[in-house]
This record gives sequence, C-alpha cells and structure tokens, in this order.
Amino acid sequence: MSNTPDDLKYSKSHEWLRGNADGTVTLGITDHAQDQLGDLVYVEVPEAGRELQAQEACAVVESVKAASDVYTPIAGTVVEGNETLADTPEAVNNDAYGAGWLLRLKPADAAALDGLMDASAYQAFLESE
Amino acid sequence: MGNQTPLYHAHQAMGAKLVDFAGWDMPIHYGSQIEEHHAVRREAGMFDVSHMTVVDLVGAGVRPFLRYLLANNVDKLQQRGKALYSCMLNAEGGVIDDLIVYFLEESWFRLVVNSATREKDLAWIEQQGAGFEVEVIEQPGLAMIAVQGPQAREKVLPLLPARGESAAALKLFYGLEIEDWLVARTGYTGEDGFEIMLPDSDAEAFWQGLAAAGVRPCGLGARDTLRLEAGMNLYGTDMDETVSPLVSGLGWTVGWEPAERDFIGRAALERERDAGPAARFVGLVLEDKGVLRNHQRVLVEGAGEGEITSGSFSPTLGRAIALARIPAAAAGERCQVEVRGKLLAARLVRAPFVRNGKAQINID
Repeated sequence: MSNTPDDLKYSKSHEWLRGNADGTVTLGITDHAQDQLGDLVYVEVPEAGRELQAQEACAVVESVKAASDVYTPIAGTVVEGNETLADTPEAVNNDAYGAGWLLRLKPADAAALDGLMDASAYQAFLESE
Repeated sequence: MGNQTPLYHAHQAMGAKLVDFAGWDMPIHYGSQIEEHHAVRREAGMFDVSHMTVVDLVGAGVRPFLRYLLANNVDKLQQRGKALYSCMLNAEGGVIDDLIVYFLEESWFRLVVNSATREKDLAWIEQQGAGFEVEVIEQPGLAMIAVQGPQAREKVLPLLPARGESAAALKLFYGLEIEDWLVARTGYTGEDGFEIMLPDSDAEAFWQGLAAAGVRPCGLGARDTLRLEAGMNLYGTDMDETVSPLVSGLGWTVGWEPAERDFIGRAALERERDAGPAARFVGLVLEDKGVLRNHQRVLVEGAGEGEITSGSFSPTLGRAIALARIPAAAAGERCQVEVRGKLLAARLVRAPFVRNGKAQINID
C-alpha cells in the first residue's frame, strides 16, 4: 500500500501537487513513483521563470537503472526548483512528499488543481494499474 | 512466471523485488541497490546467480577440444582447480559468449556460461565437439551463490563443508571441490570473495547461514554497477557476435601463443589484429552532472563517433561512468557524450574504475 497523504492532489503520471497558502503549487513525484524507480542518483529541476504548459515535461529524475521525465499536470510559471536535490537526490526516495519536492510554480489558472485526483481516487487508480 | 532458483522463496521473504532476467525470476534489489553496492565494497554481500549455466565437459578429448573451442589457451590451466576467463568465438571472430572454465581433472573441465545464451552455447558446444572424445553434460541441479566483499572470506569459510579448512588456502582464480560443492575464489565485482556451486538442496541453508553471519543479500542491480566499476564486460551489452574481443577490451584474453594452436575465430582475429582494429574500448567518466546510459553517442573531436556500451552511476565514485567503443583514432582524454539532447563533457580513462574498495582513477 503506497503512502498517499490526504492533503495532496495527484496525477495519473504519478506526480503529487500541494496548494500552498500563497497561491503557489508545489510538485513532486509520489511515493509509488519513487519506489518504482529505485534509488535516485540524479535530479534535474527547472529554472525559475520558466513557463510550463499542462502535460509538459518539467523535471528529470534518474535512478541507477533509468531516466524518467516528470510532467506537470497544470500550466504555470516556475517560482523555484529544488536545487538542493543536485547534491541529495536520495531525498526523493526518503521523503517524497517533503524534502524531495521538485518545484514550486504559480498556476496559470488558480482552479486548475480542482480537476486532479484526490488521495482516494489516486489509490484506486494505483490498484487498477 | 519464469524459472525459479532454489532461493526464490528466501528472496521473497527477504523483501526482494523480483524481475524477469533471461526467463528467470531474479532479485533486482532488496530495497536499495545503492546500499547493497556499498555493502559489497565495504563489508560483504551475496548474490543468487543460480540462473547461470554450468556445463561439464567430460572425456579423454576435453583438453584438445577446449584448445579449439576457446580463444584463451586452456593450456594455461596446469594445476587442478585453476580457472580461466575466455571468450568463445565464431569463425568470424565474433563473441558467442564469455565464460569461466575450471580445470577439475584431466578428463573433466567445467564451464560457467551466461544464462541468456544458454541454448545457443549448448548447441554450439555440441556441434563443435562432434569430432572430439567429449561428453557435454549440463548441471541444472546446481545452485550458484557469489559472496563478495572484504569480509566475504571470513564469513564464508566457517559455513563450508568441513568448515572450509581447505578453502582457506585457495588462491585467486582457483576453485576447489569440497564434497559435491565447487568453491572458487572468483567474482564479478572487483572485490575478493567466492563463487560457490552447490547442490540445489543445500542452497537455502547456506544462504540463510550467510544472512545470519551478516552477509547482505544483493540483487542483480548492484551486481551490474559493481561489475561496471570493476571494468568487467557484460555479454550482450559490451560485446556480442558482431564484434571481436579486440574491440571489446578483451584482447588480453586471446591466447595468441603458441601460434600453431588452431582455435575457432583465430584467422579472423589475426586479420583484424594485423590490419589494426577499427575501434577501441575505453572507460568514460562524466565530468558534468547527469547519468551515462547504454547507447548514448560519444563524440571525439577529430576522430568521429562512438557509443556507450554500458553506462550507469558509480555509487563508489559518485559520478556517472561507462564503458564505450570509440574510433581507434581517438587521441587525448577529452570527449563529449550526448545525454538527453545535450552534449556533456566526459573524460576517457582506463578501466577498472574501482578495485578492492578503492578508486583507480582520479576524480577532481
């Protein structure tokens, strides 16, 4: 059973999104995704100011065995990437919903998160996969 | 469901993530491939390699047959138990497989070949052996466990039949029969240790004994990064039937002397050697951040393009490393690798990258 916190939104490509009080959104990959990838050894995050379209590849996570793109399910502007992951990629494995966050963005549409899965819908999706 | 080794249930109980490997359900890791890798470099780890194919060659004609079958010269094996690494070539000098051959008795040699090539290897050996007095006997009832790392020997010896007294004196690249086990001081990690062939029925008790002694179970994932750091080739990735040992970093395994030894592929290898091989096989260290992967393009200024044959991240060095086949004309140590659409700086080095826990190359 994967860990899926109730206060987050989820995508079918296994990203999580957290709506912050300041209107920005933090994005990372789910516990299920990090478990599937195995030990991460390299993470590439986008630079602040980059404009992202919905479904665009916005980060790269590489494990010992493979590289995977991370997609943003919502459009927006990157506020910051988690640069500390350059030296501590394992934070994504150890703390996917905390220190392993990938980027923070300002959504183009403040209501965009509403269309995403909640924790129970994502759990059901994982079980159906 | 694939083939299962005698340790399948032990792997499940130890939390292994099992994947298909050449038709076998094998552990890729037991939680963290990187921690398993470090355990082998620093302490001791164990690998179930029972999927590998063990073939005994028996009969009065075994040595003459192996002189003909293998590119390395089996006459280097004069002391019982001595092991030799060799390629088995086709007539064009392409590599059918790489293997270890053990000299057990004058009429009994043992080969350990790759599982992914099992069927073609057996067919080739049978076909080539037709004119020799030799019987080809596969040993599917043997499990194989590799125990590797600086503490491997002290952990293994007390668990061997007869408490391993005779195995304590084994030299590097020698094997020893102890009852119906074959204990060999060989490996695929660049660390000291043993590879042990034993009856299927003994495998689980031995594995559990090792675990109780603190030997960490390790999957094929760590096995791959360890062998890459050790600069050891992987069949099907670093070489196959389309390339010769001379362009695969394996020229040292070709037994050229004596010149009159006629082995399969010799004529083709001599032509290639005399003309000068078109490629060379090198190690690469990525200077920029990122990870090297199989099949990425390598660009060497003035010499053209090559390709990474095995690339990954080296847990010991904290850098991406690779083995690559590049044009023979490449000079100097600078090159670039195309990684996900970007050209990154890399350096040509001589493998191995790591041996006995120590970096063998300079990392700035």
